[in-house]
Amino acid sequence: MARVIVVTSGKGGVGKTTTSAAIAMGLAKRGHKTAVIDFDVGLRNLDLIMGCERRVVYDFVNVINEEATLNQALIRDKNCNLLYILPASQTRDKDALSQEGVGRVLDELKKDFKYIVCDSPAGIEKGAHLAMYFADDAFVVTNPEVSSVRDSDRMLGILSSKSRRAEQNEEPINEFLLLTRYSPERVKLGEMLSVDDVQDILSLHLLGVIPESKSVLNASNSGTPVILDEKSDAGQAYADIVARYLGEERPHRFIDDKKGFFRNLFGGK
Amino acid sequence: MSQDSKKKSNLINALEFKTSTFSVPVLMLASDDMGLLEQLLAQKIKQAPEFFKNSPLVLDLQEINKQGFIVDIIALVDLIRKAGLILVGVRAGNVLQNKQSLDLGVPVYAAQGRESIVESQRLTKFQVETPPTIESDKPQEIKVTVPTTLITHPIRSGQRIYAAGDIVIMAQVSAGAEIIAEGNIHVYSTLRGRALAGVLGDIDARIFCFDLQAELISIAGNYKVSEDLGASVRNKPVQIYLKDKSLIIKDIVLHH
Repeated sequence: MARVIVVTSGKGGVGKTTTSAAIAMGLAKRGHKTAVIDFDVGLRNLDLIMGCERRVVYDFVNVINEEATLNQALIRDKNCNLLYILPASQTRDKDALSQEGVGRVLDELKKDFKYIVCDSPAGIEKGAHLAMYFADDAFVVTNPEVSSVRDSDRMLGILSSKSRRAEQNEEPINEFLLLTRYSPERVKLGEMLSVDDVQDILSLHLLGVIPESKSVLNASNSGTPVILDEKSDAGQAYADIVARYLGEERPHRFIDDKKGFFRNLFGGK
Repeated sequence: MSQDSKKKSNLINALEFKTSTFSVPVLMLASDDMGLLEQLLAQKIKQAPEFFKNSPLVLDLQEINKQGFIVDIIALVDLIRKAGLILVGVRAGNVLQNKQSLDLGVPVYAAQGRESIVESQRLTKFQVETPPTIESDKPQEIKVTVPTTLITHPIRSGQRIYAAGDIVIMAQVSAGAEIIAEGNIHVYSTLRGRALAGVLGDIDARIFCFDLQAELISIAGNYKVSEDLGASVRNKPVQIYLKDKSLIIKDIVLHH
């Protein structure tokens, strides 16, 4: 049975698209046929992060308007042949999406794919609403700062009251917390909320912590999902998250300040 | 019994007058500023839109007349009707006000304290409860038991829950969430949002929570914001109740 995953946050710039690209790639690399959809119509970015921007012919809106078939619009990833990207339209806005249209596209994808990752736009308006509406699982991407945490909380409220599962009184969406751009050093200095602080406020199952890492920026610039950079801390953190989502037990990493530990050990700066 | 007399008795039974007591909210005004009144009324209704929708209402003019304000009854009635309330009476009006009311088809009641048709014993700003009847031949009262609302999932920022009676929440209430109840509020977890108990004027309503970090707490319209909550009452189990119109916050654990 196919599962629809929404990557959402409420707030912008917290790492939704980076996360969508990474987990979609992670799932595909583990042998699951996966599609990733960019719901950010008008501000598309996923194609850049996935490095397929020069191969976009048709997009999500074309498929919804039946101007192209799904197969025409899906772009096969250059690194993994089990991963497909459905890019957003850059020349339209969110009103081009309709609930029936999105539902129809997702139903068609479900016939052929194991996982469908929906990269939500920021905000709580139409685009974000449609991205989460049909979801089975939600990855709530949060930065360790108060405004991001509050926006995530708001989004969790919307997931539990405005989704299809909520409206039809089905089993609720599985909600997972992904804490991104985490810096243990800054937590120690009191400049950032800790994992415990965030979990205390959101009381949500923590799927993983992604450390603040320059490998993320490098990956974005080169158009390869950071999960493929197996040496990087962020890449490993995303690999852990995919493994945990698939049911594996993995201890949490990147939460403690290792540098701090050595610093203390050697008593120097 | 002859056919004729049978018919007669049937006819008698076909119509009967009885006296009944109803609970009707009474709107007390203490200003003649129509703009302000409209704004305040809209605010009140927003707190409990389901309750106020098509609710009967008695307009009390005692305070207005006492303070010598001159109000346009026609405009006032219009304002109330536009707000979605159904005016079923004007109370304590003067001769002119009563005439204007009757012209608009609104019944007129005498001021409280004197003989009045609509009985209002406990007058808070909005009266709801019907006092218990002692004598059995007094008008029957309709007793409605409102079930307690039970919620087991977290109430997230931006969510708003209204309970017509008591509400019991077995999970946290996030900052930016709002719990509104006509009765008591119980939160068996952290209360970070707003909690408004006794919103229809029940001064005996209480708020109970396991961990007080609320943005706002209110009982029957008497409120405190986060800033007013001292460190001595925060982050622990407390109960909040009203005493002489001020909110009392006390530890829930009683040490004997």
